[in-house]
Parts: sequence; C-alpha cells; structure tokens
Amino acid sequence: MTSEQSEQPRRDQRRTQQQEKRGMSTQSAQHVPETNARGRLTQEQRLANSLGWFGIGLGLAEVLAPRRVAAMVGVSQEHRTLIRMMGLRELASSAGILNDRSSAGAVWSRVAGDVLDLVLLGAAFTSGRSNRTRLAAATASVAGAMVMDVITAQQLSRGIETRGGMIRISAALIIDRAQEPLYRHWRELSNLPQFMKHVMRIEMSDDRRSHWVAKGPVGSTIEWDAELTEDRPNELIAWHSVDGSELDHAGSVRFEQAPGGRGTIVAVEMQYRPPLGTVGAAVAPWFGEDPNQTVKMDLRRFKQIMETGEVITTQGQPAGREESTSWKYDHAVRQ
Amino acid sequence: MRANCWYGKQDMRVMDVPEPKLLNKQDAIVKVTSTAICGSDLHLYNGFVPTMEQGDIMGHEFMGEIVETGSEVKDRRVGDRVVVAFPISCGQCFFCKKELYSLCENSNPNAWMAEKLFGHSPAGIYGYSHLTGGFAGGQAEYVRVPFADVGTVKVENGLSDEQVLFLSDIFPTGYMAAEQCNIQPGDTVAVWGCGPVGQFAIRSAFMLGAERVVAIDRFPERLRMARDGGADTIDYEKTDVYDTLMQLTGGRGPDSCMDAVGLEAHMPGPLYYYDRVKQAVMSESDRPIALRQAIMACRTGGTVSVPGVYGGLIDKMPMGAVMNKALTIKTGQTHTQRYFQPLLKRIVDGQIDPAFVVTHRMKLKEAPEGFALFNQKEDGCIKIVMTP
Repeated sequence: MTSEQSEQPRRDQRRTQQQEKRGMSTQSAQHVPETNARGRLTQEQRLANSLGWFGIGLGLAEVLAPRRVAAMVGVSQEHRTLIRMMGLRELASSAGILNDRSSAGAVWSRVAGDVLDLVLLGAAFTSGRSNRTRLAAATASVAGAMVMDVITAQQLSRGIETRGGMIRISAALIIDRAQEPLYRHWRELSNLPQFMKHVMRIEMSDDRRSHWVAKGPVGSTIEWDAELTEDRPNELIAWHSVDGSELDHAGSVRFEQAPGGRGTIVAVEMQYRPPLGTVGAAVAPWFGEDPNQTVKMDLRRFKQIMETGEVITTQGQPAGREESTSWKYDHAVRQ
Repeated sequence: MRANCWYGKQDMRVMDVPEPKLLNKQDAIVKVTSTAICGSDLHLYNGFVPTMEQGDIMGHEFMGEIVETGSEVKDRRVGDRVVVAFPISCGQCFFCKKELYSLCENSNPNAWMAEKLFGHSPAGIYGYSHLTGGFAGGQAEYVRVPFADVGTVKVENGLSDEQVLFLSDIFPTGYMAAEQCNIQPGDTVAVWGCGPVGQFAIRSAFMLGAERVVAIDRFPERLRMARDGGADTIDYEKTDVYDTLMQLTGGRGPDSCMDAVGLEAHMPGPLYYYDRVKQAVMSESDRPIALRQAIMACRTGGTVSVPGVYGGLIDKMPMGAVMNKALTIKTGQTHTQRYFQPLLKRIVDGQIDPAFVVTHRMKLKEAPEGFALFNQKEDGCIKIVMTP
C-alpha cells in the first residue's frame, strides 16, 4: 500500500509528460492536423448516413404504398406482398446503418438486398404484364444505388476515413529496438523503399527536400517532392509534399519508448488527397491498393529489417505451378 | 526435384518442381533424408484449412543434411545433419526471446491475413497454407529453411532418422501439451486422441510424473499402442467417456485433460451430426467434440491442454463449466525450438525412442497413397515416414 502510494505521483507525472509530448508532436506537425473531431462524421460515414435515410424513405414507400411503387417500377399490382417484404428488408438494413454508421456489415446487407432486388427485377422482365421501359429505369436506379453501396461498404470494411477530401491513415507497431537506431534508419530516407513496397525510389535534393517516385494504381507511377517539416532526433519525423505536387500528401512517424523497456512504439500517421477524389480512393482498392493495409505491412517489414536484418520473403521458392508465389495471397507481390 | 503438392481436397500430386534457392541471408537449404505426414496435414488434405493454393508443397516434419547456407547463417555448416522445427522463428523478436517461438512476429509474410482471422498472426509454418506464410514444405527432396540457426537442431550420426525426426513437431507437441498440464505427483491425466501427438502426450505425461494416464480413441491399434506406453484406455464407441472417467477417479475427474484431436473430431450419437452439418454448411468451422468432453470431464480447478488444431469458430463451447469449475485452458502451436535440446537429451539418454510410433515407411513418390491410407486409418496406420 505504502509503496504504491509513493509510486503513484511519479507515475502520474510521467504520464503527463508523455501526454505533453504527444500534444506537442501533433501541434507542431502542422501538416498532420489532429482531426480532433470524433463527433464529426467522415465522408464514408456521411455516405452511409445518406444511404440509410434513402433506404428508410424507400422502405416506408414500399411498405405503406406498394401499389404506387409497383406502378412506378412497372410491375404488376399482384406483387404487393413481395414489395412490402422488400420494404421491410430495406428498413431493416437502413436501421442497421443509421444505428452505427461505421459498421460495414449493415451496408453489405444493403448490397445483398440490391442483388435480391436485381434478381426480382430481372424475373419481372419475363412477365408479360410488366412495363419494360419503367422496369429498365428501375433496374438502372438499383444498379446505380448498388455501386454506391459497394463503394461505401468497401471503404468502411477497410476502415478508410476521409475528412475534407483527405484520406487519413494511422498505424502503429511495437519494435524490440531502442528509439535511436529506428529513427536513424528511417531518417535516411533512401532506406524507405526497402520496406515501403509502393515507393520505388527516393532521391535526396538536399537535407530537407526529397523527390519520391511511387507505384500508382494500374501500373502508373506517381512522383512528388517532399519536404521535412519537423525532425526531432529519436522522436519524430514529419514531412509533407511541396505545393504543386502531383500528390497532396503529409505524414509523420513517431518513435515512442514502450513501457517496461519493451522497445519502441513506431506510430505512423499519414494523409493524402487521392488523385481522383473520393471515387478514385474507392476504386483504387479494387486494383490491389488498400492504403491502411499497405502502411501496416510497410511497418511490419520495417520491424523485420530492424529486428532480423532483412525482409523475409517467399518470392522465388518452388511450387507445383507456374509462378512460385501465390498472387492471390502474397501481399508484397499483389502490389 | 520431386515434391508432394496440394491440388485440392483429397488431391495430392507428386510433381517435378524447381529446386529451392537461398532467398534470405539467414536461409539454409536442407537435402531431405526423412519426412513425415502429420495428422494436421490431414486438415489440409480434407480441405478444412483456407488459403491453400494449387501447387503448394506440403509437409512440416522433416530432417536432412544442410547443403547450402546463406551469408548470415552463423552456427550451421554445410554437411550438418539437422532436424527442422515446423514453426519458422526469427529468434530476435519479443516472443522468440521469451522462447515462445510459434508466436514469432517476423516470420509470416502474410501476417495481414492471419490478423484478419485471429486478431494477430502466429509464426510462419512450412507447407501449411498461405495464412501461415505459404512457405514451401518438407515433403520434397530439398527445402529452404529460413532462420536456419534458430530453426534447426544438429544431431549426431549415432541416432537413426526415425529416432530424431519427430523432434520437428509431434514429440515436442505432445510434450508441451503434457507440460502445460502442470502435472503433480499422483495426478491422473486423460488424453483424447491416440494419434501420434496423443501417443507422445501419453509418454510425456508419465515422464513428467503422472501416476495414471487414461487414453481415449476408437481404433484398436492406437489404443494398443497407448497401452504399450502404460496408459489405461477407453474406446469411446463402446463406453461412455465421462462415466468411465468418473468411475476411474471416484467421481473427481482427471486432474488434467488433453485434447489431441482438434477440429475433425468424431463421436457416436447425434451431437456429432449436429457439428458435422454445421461444419458442412459453414456455420462453424471446427468440430470441438473432444474439447467439450475434456472440459466436462476435467476435475474442478484442473487444466485442459489443447495441442489439437483449431482454425476458426466452434459452437456450444461449455464456458459455464470452464468458469464454474475454475478450469485453466492452455493451448498453442508448439514452441518446438524450446524443446530441441531437452528432448534430444531424453532420446540420447534412452528415456524414449520416438521410432515406436512409426507404422508405415514409403517413398516420397507414394505420398498421395500415404495420405489416403493415413486419412482412412487403414492397415493400422498411425505414422508414415517417407524417404526421397
């Protein structure tokens, strides 16, 4: 009891110091503003929100006025019960979305509902009593809604957060090494392509400015100039792309002593404006680029280098098939 | 070179594939002299483990001679005769330093996949799906062994392959399962499953001081081998397991229980079909029949140790029994490297001759036949060793 009491103030003091340190790092790294806005919705959440309310409207119409809906869609009035059921499904999905706007599951359930709707509309085309023109219009609307649903669900699944058009990524990994060697390896920017698989090369222009060449989606390359905005030895490196760059990007890496002498927590925060806006960001993962995943895997490779001396690979090993490595599963190859 | 490749459910093919090369500086290339089929390979064979790819080379129990070493291999030389541990471990991370080798943080290049499934990733494993790295396995003439200094144990020429081969997996796996039981003098230990791991668990329990071991299976030859190891046996198709265990222990239950069965358990009665159907329609991935029995039979305050492999989700887990009986559950992939030296010493000292478990010997090119035989448990098959 006594020892604990005497321990307490010291622990508190240490914690405050750490918090101060964190506060400072976010304040001074101007180009990585702390969103500090947990109450504010991300673009993905706002999209889910609209889909939810849209679904409530549509669901209510289907449940309360199935005749009008049937006429509008161009199907026979005798499908009223079916339309009511579709309405209930729509309401259930939408309630799920509005209950938790970050939940990908509810939005995926909307996607499943869209598929069901499309199947039923397809079936209606074979009926003589359907109005083909109206059916076609209805099918096109559902297909359009489905694209939005899939994009939203996918972004939520991947935990992508876009605020003000900027995608924000954060990842942290504990590495069993002191801050100093980790900082030193990272500060030598030309080392970064060793573990950042999408970065092809980095050329130093001077001590603070560098030129980056990276792989973009579908075989393209993206180049930009970056500038260090902060450099605190063994603690923090922050950078941003210079004005007029092809990529609007800012990032920081923090090296924080882990409790209990268990090495260093390396925390990366990055944000960038996707080249083609939200749609580009949503479509990019379809081509194998999931930014959250990429940063996590980059950190994991950094850990491998610092702890074991190299990145462990299976590329080039034998297998009873044409390529030695599985394209489907090997993340390094997928990029 | 020749290698046994996975091509689908119950479809193994011995193919001609390129020889492995050194890919990392701490790699060695091992020329295989003996390789075995593990019970856990059957989970791949039967299609219960996701992320297998056609052409993946199988096998994680193997030994041989080092024929090439990378520039950063320090303690192994060309010509060394070595047994290889099935988990791939860097020896440098937080977990390896704690000798929790199967939890190595650096050896699984596909960690992201395992993280999605388990929250965190275990170590890489040879020939055991892309979830654990997609490393080419040991049912081949040559194998690339990453982190060779950490992942291999040197063995003297005086011992035969069959005496030391099982240091790669099943002997340490059975031993660790028994060690996790925290056996006290006078303890009764029950072991579900008398496959190779169960056999080593039985013998390890005695080595660690168990007074009595009760082994549970349904195949006469496996029960016979368990009795040879000193165990009392229960044929679960003939007698009720719980009742018999209570009879034997005066109603208290075994002090510790081991589930050496895992996700493809069998039992007579409707509950088996309940799990089998749920598994078939993918509403649970694993059939935890032995695990449920072990939890129900274990004495209050006892330990349930699980060397059996589970991959996903189970149903009807008797958590109420675990909590109200204050049970301890211990499990994990084996930290094989930790047991290399102590178990090699037990072999050298003559405390155990692991070759007892071998029932079938064949050539690598007969691997598909071997898998079928082992899977059907035909011809008294308990353990198959293959030579190139």
